[in-house]
Amino acid sequence: MLLSFLAVMALAILRLRNLLAVVMLSGIYSLLSAGLFVTLDAVDVAFTEAAVGGGIATLLMLATLALTTDEEKRPAERLRIAPLLVVLATGALLIYGTLDMPSYGDPQAPIHRHVAPRYIAEAQSETSVPNVVTAVLASYRGYDTMGELAVIFTAGIGVMLLLGRARKRRDD
Amino acid sequence: MHRHSVLRVTTKLLMPFILLFALYVQFHGDFGPGGGFQAGVIFGAGFILYTLIYGVENARRVAPEPVVRVLIAFGLLLYIGVGYAGLLLGGNFLDYFVLAQEPEKGQHLGIFLIELGVGTTVAATMVTVFFTFAGRGRP
Amino acid sequence: MEVFGLYNYWIVIVLMMTGFYVVISRGNLIKKIVGLNIFQTSMFILYISMGKVRGGTAPIIVEGLACPEGAVCYSNPLPHVLILTAIVVGVATTALGLALIVRIKEAYGTVEEDEIQSQEVET
Repeated sequence: MLLSFLAVMALAILRLRNLLAVVMLSGIYSLLSAGLFVTLDAVDVAFTEAAVGGGIATLLMLATLALTTDEEKRPAERLRIAPLLVVLATGALLIYGTLDMPSYGDPQAPIHRHVAPRYIAEAQSETSVPNVVTAVLASYRGYDTMGELAVIFTAGIGVMLLLGRARKRRDD
Repeated sequence: MHRHSVLRVTTKLLMPFILLFALYVQFHGDFGPGGGFQAGVIFGAGFILYTLIYGVENARRVAPEPVVRVLIAFGLLLYIGVGYAGLLLGGNFLDYFVLAQEPEKGQHLGIFLIELGVGTTVAATMVTVFFTFAGRGRP
Repeated sequence: MEVFGLYNYWIVIVLMMTGFYVVISRGNLIKKIVGLNIFQTSMFILYISMGKVRGGTAPIIVEGLACPEGAVCYSNPLPHVLILTAIVVGVATTALGLALIVRIKEAYGTVEEDEIQSQEVET
């Protein structure tokens, strides 16, 4: 049900030309997907998505709109057929690919058989942290998380370099 | 935003709770849903709300930009530092077993410190990015 | 039931293709970023819905949870971890993209792709 809402929202974003409405809709889209993550047992992810998608990302986009423009130019009159064809072909191939996938919620799916049972069984005794997500994030996959943190750090530095310096130049 | 007294008062009322909630998510993340990433974005969102209502100048006074910039680097360095601490104490890089007497305690301490590093960097980055965007508007 | 069990993948593909279409068919750079975000969220949903176990609960260990021997009671924590970090990294990279757009607007006076291109051709 929520999934269908998401699809409707995405199509609305596609149709609208007023960028302010598009940004607000994408905020709602993020919030809906956060609700979806709760029903899919991913409470940690839902938390993050609600704060990031509904809050920070939307605000950053609004700030960008304030600095640029909030109306999209009318696209060329003729219907562009090539992108549509590419998208339909890719989608059809992907749907063909899903026919081999395990069905939703199947406990015997390959993804649940490899490392996850060990994490769930051992995390409590090895790290004394009941939240398995935290244990995997910080301990078992510490290298990954360090890399992600480095990416965030770099992105922050990049934004500061792109937007921070010119302001100083304008000052003097 | 000088005329919206309802917004101003509500923000002032909500701010401590948002920040307290972020800290709760940070430090209770081992036992319930939560952790460094979530706490970082909630903390950042709290500051961004304050910035929206009271303006960038006031927010800069609360969180001076040099301090926030240092915090960005501090979080990452804390993370890497914990990794090297494990190395120096005889384990591998990012091994927490050696940080305390018992391996489980060491793991818990390591996870706690690492989440702290993650939270600091994420929160500081979000605040800085928003300050940079917001400060761009005024000449 | 067997066919309906793949419904989540199909919606993910619809979302993914919508985002993809926005990215390749629209000339407005901000709209492209929104399209990329749609694409990204569809990826998150793909991973999280694969990690779901029917009858399972959130992967936070509870003492004394009645769990029959041999059954899977917790959803898979691994996709949660991957997506958790991906969301925050996603917003950081989105911020970087938006910063680039602001600079482009200042340099060219527009955020439409074809106008930028025609300006490039003129010079």
